[in-house]
Amino acid sequence: MKYLEEFQNPELARGLLADIRATVTRPWALMEVCGGQTHTIIRHGIDQLLPDEVELIHGPGCPVCVTPLEVIDKALEIAARPGVIFCSFGDMLRVPGTDRDLFRVRGEGGDVRVVYSPLDALRIAEQNPQREVVFFGIGFETTAPPNAMAVHQARKRGIRNFSMLVSHVRVPPAIDAIMNSPDCRVQGFLAAGHVCSVMGTGEYPELAERHRVPIVVTGFEPLDILEGIRLTVRQLERGEHTVENAYARAVRPEGNPAARDMLEDVFEVADRAWRGIGVIPASGWRLSERYRDHDAEYRFDVHSIATCEPARCRSGEVLQGLIKPHQCEAFGADCTPRTPLGATMVSSEGACAAYYLYRRLGTPAAPREASPVG
Amino acid sequence: MCLAVPGRVTEVAERDGTLMAVMDFGGVVKDVCLEYLPDLAVGEYAIVHVGFALQRLDEESARRTLDLFAELGLLQEEFGDPWEAARAAKEAGR
Ligand code: SF4
Repeated sequence: MKYLEEFQNPELARGLLADIRATVTRPWALMEVCGGQTHTIIRHGIDQLLPDEVELIHGPGCPVCVTPLEVIDKALEIAARPGVIFCSFGDMLRVPGTDRDLFRVRGEGGDVRVVYSPLDALRIAEQNPQREVVFFGIGFETTAPPNAMAVHQARKRGIRNFSMLVSHVRVPPAIDAIMNSPDCRVQGFLAAGHVCSVMGTGEYPELAERHRVPIVVTGFEPLDILEGIRLTVRQLERGEHTVENAYARAVRPEGNPAARDMLEDVFEVADRAWRGIGVIPASGWRLSERYRDHDAEYRFDVHSIATCEPARCRSGEVLQGLIKPHQCEAFGADCTPRTPLGATMVSSEGACAAYYLYRRLGTPAAPREASPVG
Repeated sequence: MCLAVPGRVTEVAERDGTLMAVMDFGGVVKDVCLEYLPDLAVGEYAIVHVGFALQRLDEESARRTLDLFAELGLLQEEFGDPWEAARAAKEAGR
């Protein structure tokens, strides 16, 4: 598609920034929901290019970061069992559990494999009928349909040795929880574009109305983000609070109906704990009754897990936008992507890792880390 | 892991009763499941996430967005160069 390349165009970015500057008259705090957007913003320094009035608060939209410690510990225990092949997306490997991570389990002899797609894990199950193959099913509404398809096919094709440890999360209840928090400073949302590619925009008007907050569906290129910010600021300045779509090339109002049907078939809405934040009602999916045979939580009786978060990690505050990563004392000192204390330092979409990778200057520990020591 | 990238369909085929495609991501070629976009045809673009095509990329919308951006691009003459100006201002303030 010939138009795709143009979305990196600096001329257009200047135009969008000029328009934002011309529109803004007073301070506004916007939250970008998705970690992919946080990554783009920090990487391209978009937050520094914006007029001082516009503050970006980084949201909890990194599924790796919010997967609860208890689920990570369950994954670690299952992965360590003999006879199990544990399959996961690569960025879960270094997420710290209470006393180790998947990487370590693999080092200690566990059969932990990184897959690109949940269908790869299904294929591994087919090829290893004598082994139990468990896939770590995490992610937002974007990742849920692919994972649902893997479980659906396992059932349809009778691949009985395939199961999934599910910890899916949904964006709209999280937005609701953020707005309900007494400390909330957020005045407008850049909603996650790819989540809406699947789910459409139907869940948002009610939220925008009830919280009187603009919600603008936003993509991931620098230009998309600037356009999302521009539309949100324009609404705020006009005193409006509607749902707008700044990512129309990939988001239709109805989303992807086939994917939504599959989600409804395979999953059911459940309360879900978000790491660092706590339980948010109806904010997740679990496998529905019909797919219980493929539910790793039932297949592997994992209990008596005692979880313990490192006390110094302030990722909960980071995820809620209450502090910026470099305000955490451990940032860049004891906590780096190689030695993460919290999940927000692991995934490249986590706010702590994004700050560490792209914002070396201006943070006290940066020069030490930047020197070629190891 | 939430990364979803646009790719172009180069081949469509059924495998194990599943509709699959070969898609090109700027030179990197991957197998992609088309079950959620079954009418995606060779030459078309879609957003792909963990091996699944999730939404067709709409060329018409892309063009409209760019037209709009281009229109805004004209504003820069009026406001100078905010990109560089912003950077300089922030740097100086530090
Ligand atoms: S810098 Fe490390 S310790 Fe501090 S909040 Fe982020 S992940 Fe937690």
